[in-house]
Amino acid sequence: MAEMIVHPDKISDTATLAALCPFGAIEVADGHVRITSACRMCKLCVKNGPPGAFELVNEKKADVDKSAWRGVAVYIDQTEGEIHPVSLELLGKARELAQKVGHPVYALLAGDALGKQAEALRHYGVDKIYLYGHPQLAHFRIEPYAAVFEDFIKRSRPAVVLVGGTAIGRSLAPRVAARFHTGLTADCTCLDIQSNTDLDQIRPAFGGNIMAHIRTPHHRPQFATVRYKIFSAPERLDAPRGEILSLTPEDAMLASRIETLATHRKEPVKNIEDADVLVVAGLGIQRRENLEWLERLAGHLGGMVGGTRPVIEAGWLEPRRQIGLSGRTVKPKLLIACGVSGSIQFVAGMSGAEQIMAINIDPLAPIFKVAHTALVGDVCEIVPALLNKIENGALSHV
Amino acid sequence: MKIIVCIKQVPGTTQVDIDEKTGVLKRDGVESKINPYDLYALETALRLKEASPGATAVALTMGPPQAEQSLREALMMGIDEVVLVSDRRFAGADVLATAHTLSQAILALGEPGLILCGQQTTDGDTAQVGPEIAEFLNIPHATNVTAISDFSGGTLTAQVDLPTTEETIRMPLPCLISVNKGIHTPRLPSFKLKKATRARKIKVLTLDDLPDANPAHYGLNGSPTQVVRIFPPEHHVTRETWEGSGDELAGRLGRHLQEGKFLN
Repeated sequence: MAEMIVHPDKISDTATLAALCPFGAIEVADGHVRITSACRMCKLCVKNGPPGAFELVNEKKADVDKSAWRGVAVYIDQTEGEIHPVSLELLGKARELAQKVGHPVYALLAGDALGKQAEALRHYGVDKIYLYGHPQLAHFRIEPYAAVFEDFIKRSRPAVVLVGGTAIGRSLAPRVAARFHTGLTADCTCLDIQSNTDLDQIRPAFGGNIMAHIRTPHHRPQFATVRYKIFSAPERLDAPRGEILSLTPEDAMLASRIETLATHRKEPVKNIEDADVLVVAGLGIQRRENLEWLERLAGHLGGMVGGTRPVIEAGWLEPRRQIGLSGRTVKPKLLIACGVSGSIQFVAGMSGAEQIMAINIDPLAPIFKVAHTALVGDVCEIVPALLNKIENGALSHV
Repeated sequence: MKIIVCIKQVPGTTQVDIDEKTGVLKRDGVESKINPYDLYALETALRLKEASPGATAVALTMGPPQAEQSLREALMMGIDEVVLVSDRRFAGADVLATAHTLSQAILALGEPGLILCGQQTTDGDTAQVGPEIAEFLNIPHATNVTAISDFSGGTLTAQVDLPTTEETIRMPLPCLISVNKGIHTPRLPSFKLKKATRARKIKVLTLDDLPDANPAHYGLNGSPTQVVRIFPPEHHVTRETWEGSGDELAGRLGRHLQEGKFLN
């Protein structure tokens, strides 16, 4: 670790020193100059202060001792005691990775009165559950949660940390990864591990027309976030296993500069991730009004309508219905892509669907590379004709 | 007080070249634009500035010299000052090195007030640089901000969209927020401002202007993550292709959905 050092012999006037630091980390008391823990080692004082007065001392940076970092850790994403299913999916993946290198699986669960939830996690192959409980952790607040996460990593020293790519995970993981000055790979779609515990991370890159294989070879822990429904949920084991380590966070960890003034509960809405059938609109449907066909078709199939990024950007559908790398990842039983060209950024969000049917007028449309059934034709003819048959009972005598 | 907006120039298309050897994106010769999500952050900065006497709106971008074009567009929207953080030694930066560079540039500009980021970019799509900048500056941050209800007295009050709730939070300045798409409709660049700012010299910060002048902390060297290789994605093999008239295909599709028990 680097350290900022004060050389008092190089300081003649202490009056202006405190103003050097934008973080207020320079304290002057009784003519004595001290650097406080607020120091971010930005070196403004080295640059702008009296010559030689401040010095940043770096220990020789050796390659990280990988054997000192053991275990695959999963952040358990919970809101109001409800565990997000992405966390279970990650536990399944963590188990798989940990077995390959003979490491334990750790889970970090922070919140208030979550004993029951911790007990439930014992059925998913965790070796050790770090349970941080405190009323002040009842709701997600970035600073206390980051402090708890930091404490967890210092205690458990895992080689790999997996975080769900939820609203909370996407705020928390980068904050903690930066605190440890380590790498973070966002929205991985595939994970594997080398015998030296280097994590193989694969994610769509540059808008998704290419996949990148990424490693974090000289830093630990290795952070990766993964979206919901990328991995499969593990089977629940009948026999519980693993221990629960109950921890009470110190007061300093609970400090927050953010005040919550009001909390307003949102109306529960059905998300496209939870639908068994999705009818997906691409720009090939030509007009916003034509969405009504897809809504009707989805209604007959007991499903929902989703859209591609261009459809969302045109304002035809609300953003929460966007499928793709910058929208939602979906894994329905059946997905019917209607007039969707099939950019890789879109495909990254739906290729896990059990059955993919695609309607496109262009026989060379990229969507046909992922579709199990390719219907070459005009969606604006096929869908109305299909609705006509369904609604007039013309299909019943097959 | 400075309201700083971090923006990024992104390729105008997703068809981009990649240096096969280093795995680093080749930006030269590709048409570029401001990351669309950043337009919402720029608009938010302009509105806050207009409502706060004495405030200055600053747009900051890290990128090659060509990224100047994005900053010129920001000027045309009404941003007061623009800063290009550009140095060959910044090239190939990952999330950590990018956030470090931007946080250093923010420090070099003096005491920040509010820092704004877009929700994510259309090329990297990580949405993680903002929170890392906040961590490096040791300031609070909030993501998924959908509205700002008060910006006065050294604090910011904002609405935050969480999975099951909407929260109203108050943070002291300096702080960082990532605003959601749709917080305000971005204004169009003005021709008058385009003319007025055409001759403006763009301020450039290089590594030598940053408080942390250690080149090992920047660019590829300062990036913990390394691209091992890049490759085209794998695809399923199409099992069946159906051709025919619209009516024939509709009938076949309908029967297929019945057989799969999706339709009664």
